[in-house]
Amino acid sequence: MAVEFEVTRRGVIVGGAAGAALVSAPHIEARAQTPARQATVPLTLEVNGKRRKLDVDPRTTLLDALREHLHLTGTKKGCDQGQCGACTVLVEGRRINSCLTLAVMQDGQSITTIEGLGTPDKLHPMQAAFVRHDGFQCGYCTPGQVCSAVAVLDEIKAGMPSHVTGDLEADPQLTNIEIRERMSGNICRCGAYPNIVEAIAEVAGGTA
Amino acid sequence: MRPFTYERATSTADAAAAAARTIGSRFIAGGTNLLDLMKLEIETPGHLIDVNGLGLDRIEPTKDGGLRIGALVRNSDLAANAEVRRDYGVLSRALVAGASGQLRNMATTAGNLLQRTRCPYFYDTNMPCNKRKPGSGCGALEGYSRQLAIIGSSDACIATHPSDMAVAMRLLDAVVETVQPDGSNRAIPIADFHRLPGDTPHVENTLVPGELITAVTLPKPIGGRHIYRKVRDRSSFAFAVVSVAAVVQPDGSGRVALGGVAHKPWRVEAAEAAMPRGAKEVTAQVLARARPTHDNAFKIPLVERTLGAVLAEARS
Repeated sequence: MAVEFEVTRRGVIVGGAAGAALVSAPHIEARAQTPARQATVPLTLEVNGKRRKLDVDPRTTLLDALREHLHLTGTKKGCDQGQCGACTVLVEGRRINSCLTLAVMQDGQSITTIEGLGTPDKLHPMQAAFVRHDGFQCGYCTPGQVCSAVAVLDEIKAGMPSHVTGDLEADPQLTNIEIRERMSGNICRCGAYPNIVEAIAEVAGGTA
Repeated sequence: MRPFTYERATSTADAAAAAARTIGSRFIAGGTNLLDLMKLEIETPGHLIDVNGLGLDRIEPTKDGGLRIGALVRNSDLAANAEVRRDYGVLSRALVAGASGQLRNMATTAGNLLQRTRCPYFYDTNMPCNKRKPGSGCGALEGYSRQLAIIGSSDACIATHPSDMAVAMRLLDAVVETVQPDGSNRAIPIADFHRLPGDTPHVENTLVPGELITAVTLPKPIGGRHIYRKVRDRSSFAFAVVSVAAVVQPDGSGRVALGGVAHKPWRVEAAEAAMPRGAKEVTAQVLARARPTHDNAFKIPLVERTLGAVLAEARS
């Protein structure tokens, strides 16, 4: 089934916003000209329990759809190439880098961002543990760290092995080294790692 | 990112036909490598065919006792599969040695085989690269080549294939199943799937334009100790400097394949007869035609030591 491409007034605005997000790219002048009228693709995402309809330039990543279209700016853009983990969100409960998937590829999916995990008045237990253990300094990587950490505990519970799991056929143990290995896709340039691991271990009920 | 049009494929045959029909089209599954390269305008497809809805996400037994892994099975699910962990441990180990938890949740079996090199000269669009821009030259040959290939390379390209999974697949004699644009099916032994660079480093595998991978099959289990040892510059989330995949039987016989040394997973079956005689002899045969650069000659002793460690682990 070919998706019908609608050209809408909103689409033109959307195209402009996508261009603005690219201004930091060093080779911006060398880019091919953006078409004056941008074809957009309609899609529906269920974001933090709410159905959200969007029309996006097909180039829009899930990360940009969340931040620029839905104004959910809790999810952060760090490297924009899957190396830092600041953009980590949960899709159908599984953690992914939202910078490396297109919004159109997630049509119909259920997305949980940091805004959907907890609120300032009612923190998710993982958020509360990060606060208690001082698991951050500047805070920029924190939404990604928290989303990733929530998924890590589910992955361990589901028995998924990691690089440091000793016996592939036994249930993985909740150790410091397991948490560190599984969180290696989330970089913290402030270096809050020891406290992050303590926060995660506390939520897991273990002693890492 | 350059503009492109987007469609969702509804059947494998339609997907292959659409790809062959549309100039400049690419399939997209996990997207972790393709989108990264599209942002850098190293990949510039005019049309994307999303294959995520094709239902190729099952792992099933084959009638001859092996395993058929759908092209869209995510790396994390493949690594966690009970049969893979029990019977093909080296594959599970290779998968969890690669990338990060988030990326493994997105990356697919087929996409992993098709991922492009991480050679820094391929990624840097200010540099010459015969793979990115055929005929422009190789920046790595006279440049920084510590990470790059030591064997099977050419004067045109010394890039390595970055996959861990593919090294285990090569060790296990996997077969890549495809559908071609005319709707017919093909089975490609993994040894014939990836190409050496030669004069055409931009042609990385033996797929024809539009051909879609539908599954990867593994022959029936071979037993033995399954080990994947990856040497890298940090302990997690880094590409291999060298890696060794091995299955070692109780009598000391076995198989070995290397990652991080060539444009494809590197395995020399004839050298495996030397397995009971130890790492030095096997390495000498597997890397007999090595042609390292000044920067990466260290990989030869590193392979020997890593294989030595693997064989010691197998005996323990």
